Amino acid sequence: MIESNKELATFQVNGEPHEVAFAPHKTLLEVLREEMVLTGTKHGCELGECGTCTVQVDGTPVLSCLVLAVDAVGKEVRTVEGLACGSDLAPLQDCMADLGGAQCGYCTPGILMAADALLKDNNRPTRDEIKEALAGNLCRCTGYLKIFEAIELAAARMRGEDAEPTRESIYGA
Amino acid sequence: MVLDDPGLKHGGANPDARSDAPWQHDKDKRDLEHIGKPIRKVDARSKVSGLTQFADDLTMPRMLHMKLLRSTMAHAEIAHIDTSKAAALPGVKGILTGQDMPTPFGILPVSQDEHALCPDQVRFVGDPIVAIAATEEEIAWDACRLVDVEYRELRTISGVHEAAANDEPRLHDYGVRGNIHRLENLEFGDMEDGFARADHIREDTFWFEGNTHLPMEQHASLAHFDKDGKLTIWSSTQTPHYLHRALARVLHPLPANRIRVIACPNGGGFGGKSDPFNHEICAAKMSMLTGRPVKIALTREEVFWCHRGRHPVLMRSKIGVSKTGRITALDFHSFLDGGAYGSYGTASTFYTGALQTVTYAVENYHFRGARFFTNKAPCGPKRGHGTVQPRFALEVQMDKVACDLGIDPAQLRLDNLAPRESVTANYMRIGSMGLGACIEKVIEGSGWKERRGRKEVTEDGRIRGLGLACSSYLSGAGLPIYWNGMPHSGVQLQLDRSGLCTVFCGSTDIGQGSDSVLGWIVGEVLGIDPLDIKVVTSDTDLTPVDLGSYSSRVTVMTGNAAMQAAERAREIVARGVSKKLEVPASRLVFAEGRVFDAENPETGLTFMQAVGAAEAQEGTIGTVGSYTPPKSAARYRGGGVGPSPSYSYSATVVEVEVDPETGIYRVPKVWMAHDIGRALNAAVAMGQIEGSIYMGLGEAMMEEMAYRDRSHKGQRVFLHKIPSMLEYKSPSALEMPDCVTYVIEDHDKNGPFGAKEVGQGPLLPIMPAVANAVFDAVGVRVDENPISFEKVFAALQSQREGKDARFGPAHDETGIPNLDFGESLKIKTPWQGGDGTACNDPRRIKKARK
Repeated sequence: MIESNKELATFQVNGEPHEVAFAPHKTLLEVLREEMVLTGTKHGCELGECGTCTVQVDGTPVLSCLVLAVDAVGKEVRTVEGLACGSDLAPLQDCMADLGGAQCGYCTPGILMAADALLKDNNRPTRDEIKEALAGNLCRCTGYLKIFEAIELAAARMRGEDAEPTRESIYGA
Repeated sequence: MVLDDPGLKHGGANPDARSDAPWQHDKDKRDLEHIGKPIRKVDARSKVSGLTQFADDLTMPRMLHMKLLRSTMAHAEIAHIDTSKAAALPGVKGILTGQDMPTPFGILPVSQDEHALCPDQVRFVGDPIVAIAATEEEIAWDACRLVDVEYRELRTISGVHEAAANDEPRLHDYGVRGNIHRLENLEFGDMEDGFARADHIREDTFWFEGNTHLPMEQHASLAHFDKDGKLTIWSSTQTPHYLHRALARVLHPLPANRIRVIACPNGGGFGGKSDPFNHEICAAKMSMLTGRPVKIALTREEVFWCHRGRHPVLMRSKIGVSKTGRITALDFHSFLDGGAYGSYGTASTFYTGALQTVTYAVENYHFRGARFFTNKAPCGPKRGHGTVQPRFALEVQMDKVACDLGIDPAQLRLDNLAPRESVTANYMRIGSMGLGACIEKVIEGSGWKERRGRKEVTEDGRIRGLGLACSSYLSGAGLPIYWNGMPHSGVQLQLDRSGLCTVFCGSTDIGQGSDSVLGWIVGEVLGIDPLDIKVVTSDTDLTPVDLGSYSSRVTVMTGNAAMQAAERAREIVARGVSKKLEVPASRLVFAEGRVFDAENPETGLTFMQAVGAAEAQEGTIGTVGSYTPPKSAARYRGGGVGPSPSYSYSATVVEVEVDPETGIYRVPKVWMAHDIGRALNAAVAMGQIEGSIYMGLGEAMMEEMAYRDRSHKGQRVFLHKIPSMLEYKSPSALEMPDCVTYVIEDHDKNGPFGAKEVGQGPLLPIMPAVANAVFDAVGVRVDENPISFEKVFAALQSQREGKDARFGPAHDETGIPNLDFGESLKIKTPWQGGDGTACNDPRRIKKARK
């Protein structure tokens, strides 16, 4: 049996302090989901293989199943719950919802965090840059195309353009 | 060939078919308001906010965590289990073994061969033996390691050939004989005559390796046996109704009406969450034992052990064609490696023979199928269930026939199209049929006629090739899993004076959008915004039964039930408004959130006022709708698998660029046309098609559920070669090609607004199209799936050495087992005057004697 020697620490998550007690071998994923009940972050393998648990630590996307929670103390953690502004969805979320970029929705939080980090660095990503940024996030439902299109549309709108999805991407050729 | 509908002769015409277009409720409503539009799914907002609650996101006070100890042996008797050390571990609150749940269960009534925990025999590495619940997940794991299991090892059966050759030891004491689970032999028409009239006959063998669903969400369940003696289970299941039945069976004497199954939104299913699972039943029983909520969340490795994925299938296909390429006879054999349990295997076996005839008119058809038990994770339904493997074989063989005859493969298919509104040799009733339009679209889009066979060379020295393939899939199985006369889908609808419309339905959203389908259809009929409708689904306490999210049945079946419920509600509201406004009900239009006079649109009420008017006159408003598929024309034994209210059609052209030295290839572009009947939502339909292309490419290029045979103390142990997502290769964003998608709408009379399925069909043609494209590029045939690089390389090597430029199973007994299928059931085709029954069915002969 594992001896209980929990640590008390304060995490900064989505701009709010969270004081929690946790065993030091716990991953950031476990502490987010089980101690802070931020269950928006999902898991698909807990081995760093699928990208489902992606969150941002100091703005960089990381696999929260491979990060020890203790290593995130004192850093700014951002999860899917931190994307919307009040009850307004972020443009990226809006575009994902409109284009059907989320089917079962299970990989979606991880994809959103990876894509959000990309758009912070690059407000006009090419299709290849988007593919590269999402290469570590598996999705079994969508075939990725609607996700790519949603990111491109969101990028355009975030640049202030009056962009709409192409007819072909919605109705087919 | 005369293809009339024998159903009409026997008075078995589709009782649900309507002669008028069922979506024209309002003759004066010019356009459909919501149907076909790219509106947001009803749950889109919560999904992009991370607020959708999947099963593992749920917790309850005093909740225990449960883990399963699984077999490390592939085949053994359990001699002894000692749980005393585990029981002594602080924090352990409950332990279950097979003795606690002795009643077997299984998805099909004919194969109730699983136990929640193995009582005396394990049949594959991963078979569960002990369940332990503890206050912490880690304690439950530790406790599992403290259990001693003593095994008496049995000889293992590794695959089709070994199972066919070895009757002993048997995995199960039921089935045909030895380790043969099913043996089917169906003969339609006159095979001798069919082949005698053929100008060209060819015979090919194929192998399709198994692969798995790999949903992103690992299965999880939370069970709670409350103080009122009622059990609730929240689970990641595609089939809450079937889980409900399995729980009632195993947990007897707990009555079914005290069991509540709530299917959480599934984080992907693809068929992998369609069986009732041992971990679900264990969680329920454990909660009853401990009096506390119990959760189990499977690890990714355990998901590989649950499997129920694509069967590995060996196939032999003999086809006869006329000079012009018309199919005169098709003789098809399939040999399925079923793994350790029955699962859906009986249906899978029939599905390997059911739909070959639905794309191309086959005049005479003979199908023989065998399924074997082997010591591996059980196989079952994966997207395209059982029809994917024979489709690969048939489409590659059609390509070879075209090559033999010097006919364009696209033209060969167009010449053989099964007619619309017809009945096939095996009595599948075809309604709308847009395959011809699909083929025309993809050959035009891809530049097929100009570019095929050109062997263009890319800048990096690769050779381009184009491959074409087609397919068809059901819009829902015509029969339920268990025989009964009840509807397949039920919908209940409630309207209240606030203007709220609530739809209750047992269907389960696995990401395909079934919750939204209910909203769109009800919204269209009542003229209200689908996003204003409250959808309540997949809760056996609250929602009418829907059989589940499998066989692409939900849009057609829940859609029709929802439409019926909505039409009935519309009538009630129309009566109320008609009386209040003194306008004939027939003149009322339901649109834009209003109910108004078609001749004087100013005269009307808001929907909320309209509901109030009706409620004041008739009382509380609630309606129901239900759906039962049309009666099948196939009345022979085995004819229960394959019939469907309608069939979708797909055609694809895949472009490949093959390195002629190494066999490594890439897929830069795919053209896909899918006949969906009508797209209820354009964007969501596109998502299903693109997702199918993606999953098909994964199957074609890399995915395989292969096992390694590892000796353990002299015993053979079959371990999954790759039970992790890193090693089970699936396409990432980097591998996804450009896709040109064509949505073909050939409205079907049996579908709501004319809709047919879209979730599975477009996957099927991808694999054979890749194989055909590789041939077009470098002239080698890979008669196996996946069409992995090393197989292309091996075929290129053979080609270079002047041997058969092919990679695939041998044509002799080393490739295909020599198996006695016994006497065939002989069924006259419709054009021979058949009535859908077998002339030599012993049961029929017995009846006739009486």
